[in-house]
Amino acid sequence: MDAVPLNAYLILSAFLFVMGAIGVIVKRNPIVMFMCIELMLNAVNLTFLAFARYQTELLTQVAGHVFVLFVFGVAAAEVAVGLGIITVIFRLRESIDVDEVTLLRG
Amino acid sequence: MGERVLFFVLAIVAILSAGGVVFSRNPVRSALLLVLNFFTLALIYFSLSAQFIGVLQVIVYAGAIMVLFLFVIMLLNLGSPDAMPQERDLKRPLAYLIGFGILATLVSQSLALLIPATPQASPDVGTARVIGLALFTQWAYPLLLMGVLLTVGVIGSILLARRRAS
Repeated sequence: MDAVPLNAYLILSAFLFVMGAIGVIVKRNPIVMFMCIELMLNAVNLTFLAFARYQTELLTQVAGHVFVLFVFGVAAAEVAVGLGIITVIFRLRESIDVDEVTLLRG
Repeated sequence: MGERVLFFVLAIVAILSAGGVVFSRNPVRSALLLVLNFFTLALIYFSLSAQFIGVLQVIVYAGAIMVLFLFVIMLLNLGSPDAMPQERDLKRPLAYLIGFGILATLVSQSLALLIPATPQASPDVGTARVIGLALFTQWAYPLLLMGVLLTVGVIGSILLARRRAS
């Protein structure tokens, strides 16, 4: 029985995380930036579940799964508030290019 | 052997769809590729014996959150690829530099691990029974705080999106 080694999961999640980070820096459309943030959160969830699989005690295994549930909740709240902010910016200036939003610049 | 082949195929699909999300010029196509990425991640969760989380991934992410994304894309009429220029060219090299720096750090760290390399968990860790029991006993207060956070988020987004009364 040769299972998948833990390193493989970690390297896959590193690739996904870096793709999301590059997207957040490169993109100008805030909705696509949010999608890239979701990519990064999912990469972190993958590491949580992979580490949970390789723990020896039941308590720490379940803790990994519970943390993934909390990340789900934070992601849902973040998407709701973020998309609300995007609609407000769109209503103010008909364009949501993040480089043109300078309302908070002193 | 079969498990490794399955993981390899799923990992290739996940990385390609993530690249499609980042490098596609059309926001709608990005959203649909993100759905594909979430589904492959859910299958990887199943192979990690995390059944409950896998099902929740499909319901919450591929169901609720992606509907929210597509709804806002179509509400704000951002679906056409030339609605705005997508990339800022000056920051591209910087982004790749930062990205490959993070990637090299993470991969080099994950190659040297202290955790035993064979899976330890019994397959019923990921069931709703075990997770729910832990969630409502050991993690009850964090769960309540999560409910407060979600309530505040929903109320805040309603207040933001409401039209002004004047």
